[in-house]
Amino acid sequence: MITAAVDWDSIVSSVFVFDNYGELLALLSNSLWAGALLGLVGGLVGTLVMMRDLAFSVHGIAELSFAGAAAALLIGVDIVTGSLLGSVVAALIIGFMGLRARDSNSFVGVLMPFGLGLGILFLSLYEGRSSNKFSLLTGQIVSVSPVQLTSMMVLSIVVVAGLVIVWRPLTFASTDPVVAEARGLPVRTLSIVFMVLLGVSVAMSVQIVGALLVLALLITPAAAAMNLTVAPARTVVLSVVFAELSMVGGILLALGGNIPISPYVTTISFAIWLLTRVIRGIRERGSSYRQGGSEEHPHGGGQDPHAHGQGSQGLPVPVGDVRR
Amino acid sequence: MTLPTKAAPTIHTPAAQPATRTTASTPPRTQPEPGRAVVELKNAELAFGERVLWRDLNLTIREGEYFAVLGSNGTGKTSFLKVLLGLLPLTRGTASVTGERPGAASRHVGYVPQQRGFAPRTPLRARDLVAQGIDGHKWGIRVRRRAVNHRVDELLEKVGAGDYANAPVGLLSGGEQQRLRIAQALATDPELLLCDEALLSLDLNHQYIVSELVNAQRVKTGSAVVFVTHDINPIIDHVDRILYLAGGSFKIGTPDEVMRSEVLSELYGADIEVLRSNGRIIVTGRPDNTHHISSQEGLIP
Repeated sequence: MITAAVDWDSIVSSVFVFDNYGELLALLSNSLWAGALLGLVGGLVGTLVMMRDLAFSVHGIAELSFAGAAAALLIGVDIVTGSLLGSVVAALIIGFMGLRARDSNSFVGVLMPFGLGLGILFLSLYEGRSSNKFSLLTGQIVSVSPVQLTSMMVLSIVVVAGLVIVWRPLTFASTDPVVAEARGLPVRTLSIVFMVLLGVSVAMSVQIVGALLVLALLITPAAAAMNLTVAPARTVVLSVVFAELSMVGGILLALGGNIPISPYVTTISFAIWLLTRVIRGIRERGSSYRQGGSEEHPHGGGQDPHAHGQGSQGLPVPVGDVRR
Repeated sequence: MTLPTKAAPTIHTPAAQPATRTTASTPPRTQPEPGRAVVELKNAELAFGERVLWRDLNLTIREGEYFAVLGSNGTGKTSFLKVLLGLLPLTRGTASVTGERPGAASRHVGYVPQQRGFAPRTPLRARDLVAQGIDGHKWGIRVRRRAVNHRVDELLEKVGAGDYANAPVGLLSGGEQQRLRIAQALATDPELLLCDEALLSLDLNHQYIVSELVNAQRVKTGSAVVFVTHDINPIIDHVDRILYLAGGSFKIGTPDEVMRSEVLSELYGADIEVLRSNGRIIVTGRPDNTHHISSQEGLIP
């Protein structure tokens, strides 16, 4: 019947192409730098996205960023500006609609398909090169122009500098909003500031990895880092390292072939996550989370539904503490 | 959002429940008082639209005082706390905390929230939670790492949480988390410690430990404590005065003055019985002003 015409050799040779690699590398150094910048921004922002439980919002912002880019393509203006506009507007709307994830989730769910629909409309009206269309969704790396690289550099500096300035209050407000507010922190303003920075980061990522796969850069590395540690500083460093490995590694693999960059990036970042998850599983089986011995029963309260009961964590499930 | 409290000198005489508007509250200025005022409320009123939670509240809490705020759900206990934190403006009257506008004084105020629990993978260790109490409000990233770490160790030692300094907060028990909360609240050597149902959902053992920690801090540093709770028993040994909120009216006084059958009956306008057994206070009776009080279990604090 249908011949199982899977020619493994040809698949492998189109996935891994290393002909004239040296020349390509020199030619596409712009792309590498762009990838490195993205890795840095993605790793940093991703940590906060995870802390604030905003993964779904990131996806929503990416779709509106795509709509913005598609609109820009259609009317013939700069795509970067278009995607930037789309994602910052989306981020602000989401930011103003709900301070915390659970308030804004349904709103993102409403916004996202609308953004995607708009983007598809603009793309189908566009009559230019079709590869441009595709790349907005799935990413491209070949044609990072010097102008594009410069704009990415500027945006990266904005995001990184912005994050450094608000880092402490933002992490405080993200992990412990009630106390942060009692302490007089402008929790709502911080949230809006972060949404803007997130919007900019998403717009940057959309250009390279594409709207559909932004999560691989903004979520997966941070999630992998959190599998390995709960120390905040270490989480950030690991997250950036993982994002860099995925981005730069993905570009190095993608350079020679004609396959979009995104499969490489997503596969590497997924592999890293998988590895860290296994390490976490082994660790949790092997040891208690405590540093030293404690005279206390480890589950004194036992009323907290969140903290315990995760069988997979290898921890005893509390059966109610009746010490007194 | 932190509007300065409106200074409205117009003394609006409320027509509501004159009988229960007992103001055995603020000791007059002339009376010799130790310590200075940490919290001052004058003619304070808080209302949400038509609904007045409390009005004509005059209150001075001085340093070293242990002050409890009691009442059923919806009587404005938490709102009282929010006023002191500067998160909610009074609708009438003035409030000041350590001589400043509430909110502006946040560095002199330690806040111990209700135990809520963190998601298991929250990227915070016990020490990071405490460190946020030290410098979490400052801009930028932490540069004086060693000094902060040293202070964190001190604070953890103080509340007996040194053993799990590096444990993920998401995996700690409620009691352990509340110890950290106290360490966090003490980080700035506050003049006022605000506890919002800080013992709720803890077992008796931890209720006792946490309550003792709060009191120890008061005794040692002379900070005032305002403890919002629906159950006075875990803190009854320490409390100097009580603000009892009920259905739009209130009563201020020592536990012996307030926690009496006739006083609470008058406050609720219903038959309330206050029983004492073994140093515990039990309040029974179902008030019929179902407006504000929901006491399904027939037991009010």
